[in-house]
Amino acid sequence: MATTYRGINQLSGRDKVIVGLMVVVPTLVVVWLVWLPAIGSVLLSFTNWDGIGPISGIKTVGLQNYRDITTIYPPFWPAIQHNLIWLAVMFFVATPLGMFLAVLIDRGVKGTKFYQTSIYLPVVLSLALVGFIWQLIYSRDQGLINTLTGSTVDWYGDPSVNLWAALVAATWRHSGYIMLLYLAGLKGVDPSLREAAKVDGATERQTFFRVVLPVMRPINVIVLVVTFIESLRAFDLVWVINKGRNGLELISTLVTQNVVGEASRIGFGSALATIMLLISSVLVFFYLRIVMKED
Amino acid sequence: MSDLAVAPRSGRRWLLPVFLTVVSLVYLGPLLLALVNSFRDYAYTAQNGYISFGGFTFDNYKNAWEQADFGLHFANSAIITIPAVILTLFLSCCVAFVVARFSFKFNIALLGLFMAANLLPPQALLIPVYRMFRAIEVPFWVSDSGTLLNSHLGLILVNVAFQTGFCAFVLSNYMRALPRELYESAVIDGAGVLRQFFTITLPLCRPPLAALAVLQTTWIYNEFFWATVLLQQGDKFPVTSSLNNLRGQFFTDNNLVAAGSMIVAVPTLVIFFVLQRHFVAGLTLGATKG
Repeated sequence: MATTYRGINQLSGRDKVIVGLMVVVPTLVVVWLVWLPAIGSVLLSFTNWDGIGPISGIKTVGLQNYRDITTIYPPFWPAIQHNLIWLAVMFFVATPLGMFLAVLIDRGVKGTKFYQTSIYLPVVLSLALVGFIWQLIYSRDQGLINTLTGSTVDWYGDPSVNLWAALVAATWRHSGYIMLLYLAGLKGVDPSLREAAKVDGATERQTFFRVVLPVMRPINVIVLVVTFIESLRAFDLVWVINKGRNGLELISTLVTQNVVGEASRIGFGSALATIMLLISSVLVFFYLRIVMKED
Repeated sequence: MSDLAVAPRSGRRWLLPVFLTVVSLVYLGPLLLALVNSFRDYAYTAQNGYISFGGFTFDNYKNAWEQADFGLHFANSAIITIPAVILTLFLSCCVAFVVARFSFKFNIALLGLFMAANLLPPQALLIPVYRMFRAIEVPFWVSDSGTLLNSHLGLILVNVAFQTGFCAFVLSNYMRALPRELYESAVIDGAGVLRQFFTITLPLCRPPLAALAVLQTTWIYNEFFWATVLLQQGDKFPVTSSLNNLRGQFFTDNNLVAAGSMIVAVPTLVIFFVLQRHFVAGLTLGATKG
């Protein structure tokens, strides 16, 4: 019987098997359902598989799918544009709004609990549900906006406005999430820092931007990456509205339409998927670097 | 906290609470609108508009429940969510335990492999997953479709694969903070790895496990994308994906949809009001431990 603890060396044969299983089983699940499909998407994007013939009949076509997407696939550039608009609104509107509300609530006026609760309540709702709830506001015949203003705009249907309508609803939810993250961050800021800044004669604004915000750097980075990633994989809301057609094309909906839609074009859809993977892997890389830095 | 925060300039002290109250009401607005109108008759609001008073009824709830077959879909949601949450938490505990307790060279890489999986856009993986599931046959007692596609088991597995990364990360951070002496004395007592895991680590991880359980229940219950594309028979959908049943092809009764939305929101709202602390803890644990 060993009397000193020497970490891994202490493992008996049986324990080694157990530790192995504890790692291998979850890893297999993740590799099977996330990493293999990711590789699969990349490989299929260079082929012309139509999804019907045998896998052995697949021909590689090089970059043909990518060329087709960027030149003769009409919804592609609108989708890219919509994703960028989505990102811009989340980044320049929803995130600062959430941060602003967190700062106000953090000042500790009476009723903080109520404000905080109301603002992050939408976070527990699914984005699909958000789409249904906002239908009451946007509906053409019965919606709140048109009842109040007498306009006859079909907010979910009209391709010139529906992206913005969806973005208002998405902002409603995203800003609550950001508020929550920043509120937690602000609570963690050492109060003596603010005291010191105040003693030094800094104004409230200076204190926030020069002292508090820099201290919250880890949260800033995480919020940034979360915002980027959520904008890239935005899907539920527009799918609920009109399956991502007619003004609401996003890369995520194009991929989905190419698989489960009437015309399944595997190689083509995979090229779209690979573009998503490329963009997200850059974000994931930065996220992991920040999050795991302390290790 | 409040005495440290710089006090608003005197004379305008009332401004902040008033502003925040207005903001709060704006945020609550869409939900309140849905709540109120879910109790109103369609014919009445169609005639008098939403800005009116009257036409109150419970019929929308009754009709929505029957028309969308919510009994069945809540059962589906439970069949998917409960095993998925348990499995996710168990597998992530295993990974986190090994990563936190032992120092292998590949620990960081391993955690990265899980974390990155959590962040990839699911749509980008759809084609291979869809094809694989269609090709994998399962016995009929597992799924009447005969394949993983269109089966609850497939959906559970996908959810587990996607959520394990986040949970493993949060848990490994927590487990790393546990005093190593606990394990040392356990080893001296002759406790094997399994006993250390079940009698030391898991009981001590109750707080993050509670937070993650609440958070994951909400997320997996809310999950929409995989459920929509991997389950093609309407009768297998969980509640979130079944709401569409309430929309007509040409005409939609918004009050009925509002009632349906409220029914679907009930479990998450209960979590929100009863287990709020855990929910918030779960969300911020992942963000602030970085």
